[in-house]
Amino acid sequence: MFINLYSYKYNIMNKEYYNPNDLKKFGEITTWSKELGDRFFEYYNKVFDEGALSSREKSLIALAVAHVVQCPYCIDAYTKDGLQRGIENDEMMEAVHVGAAIKSGSVLVHGVQMMNRHDQLSM
Amino acid sequence: MIKKSLKARKSELSKTQRQLDILSNSIFKKGVLPTFKEKLESHKISSFQPKTLKILQINIGYMCNQVCAHCHVDAGPDRKEMMPPDIMIKCIQTMNDAGVETVDLTGGAPEMHPHFRWFVEQIRKKTKVKEIIVRSNLTILLANKKYHDLPSFFVKHNLHIISSLPFYRKNKTDRQRGSGVFNTSIKALQKLNAAGYGKPESGLILDLVYNPSGAFLPGDQNALEQDYKKALSKDFGIVFNQLFALTNLPISRFLDYLIASENYEDYMTTIVEAFNPSAVANLMCTNTLSVSWEGYLFDCDFNQMLDLKVAVDQPHINQLDVKKLQNRNIQISQHCYGCTAGAGSSCQGSLT
Ligand code: SF4
Ligand code: SF4
Repeated sequence: MFINLYSYKYNIMNKEYYNPNDLKKFGEITTWSKELGDRFFEYYNKVFDEGALSSREKSLIALAVAHVVQCPYCIDAYTKDGLQRGIENDEMMEAVHVGAAIKSGSVLVHGVQMMNRHDQLSM
Repeated sequence: MIKKSLKARKSELSKTQRQLDILSNSIFKKGVLPTFKEKLESHKISSFQPKTLKILQINIGYMCNQVCAHCHVDAGPDRKEMMPPDIMIKCIQTMNDAGVETVDLTGGAPEMHPHFRWFVEQIRKKTKVKEIIVRSNLTILLANKKYHDLPSFFVKHNLHIISSLPFYRKNKTDRQRGSGVFNTSIKALQKLNAAGYGKPESGLILDLVYNPSGAFLPGDQNALEQDYKKALSKDFGIVFNQLFALTNLPISRFLDYLIASENYEDYMTTIVEAFNPSAVANLMCTNTLSVSWEGYLFDCDFNQMLDLKVAVDQPHINQLDVKKLQNRNIQISQHCYGCTAGAGSSCQGSLT
């Protein structure tokens, strides 16, 4: 009985689209296309170096974007990254609000297109 | 917020063997993660041995006025273990015999030991030790009237103060160290500054220690130092010398927290994956010897808390043999991954 229940659970686990452990395997994407994978990671790491923006600022941008693209792996990674950098929870939430504002703004600004089209089609 | 040590709560984890079992079982036994020994071997480090002894870290007792959630000592007001004077005298003899450069006094809150001041005076009088470090938790300076003059005692003997302040804002500090700890720590830091500590050119060194308030690794030590300096100076006019970013090792109360919060396996995976071979050469166990309140000898304060005594026949200060100690192998287990993760971690901060 116990074994059946366990394997049942195990199968369900394998049928989930997102598995937190997959984040640790991110690097493995290079195995099916080494050159492109390596170039991607080189670029990725370079992007987060200190530059005109600090790595701390970049981490907060990444966190906001992670929410906008709704990537659970990135949310996991950049929440942890923020904690390691000593970024406070109010700073993290404000970043998420920036993402939310742009996302809702981008929906609403299309309302102008709707209004234009509406007026064009109407007498 | 916890109020008692694991020992007083009669927790299973207060038994060192239980902790060592946890650190060797599950993910490590199943081979999901390599043991620390296997990891060293995979980097062609078959054993690692100490270099010249420089630092004698003496834990003079486990009593503390605080009960921090992450404490690797399981210290607290209920811990009564105190180093007897005859062991202190033996420590002084060892400082001379072994030509120790630095003495690092820790606890618990070392200042609570009734012979703390006498011990410091004796070290200054009877040895050529260059530097005496006191790991002060800050709140002790304001805990009771009898401690109010400690800053002037520190100045008189030119003690190097290293103090924990888990964060430069209130919330995270109080969550880890207890409510009210942040405000009291700030007042204590102001008192130390007023006595000259941390001020450029005073020669009185005040370093702070950051450790993560949760199941994650510390960020870059220099970046954190800059953040601390900016915030503490702007908000409270506080200055200090250096910030040491320490990794929490998975032992004692931090291990208890990791298990209770279901973070244990993830945290172990994080520190294993962050293994940095270049940190190994500078591990603090390579130049430090840790002495317990009873006089037993350990490779470091963490091993002391796991009761992993130095690998020699008579691991006690009464039978200390510098040559034999020099040739010992350092006792390791999976908690050691905490010292080699990322930039590395020691009682003096990052290693690389
Ligand atoms: S102040 Fe230090 S010794 Fe005391 S409980 Fe906190 S971490 Fe442990
Ligand atoms: S815990 Fe750290 S300092 Fe202690 S023996 Fe292990 S590696 Fe060395």
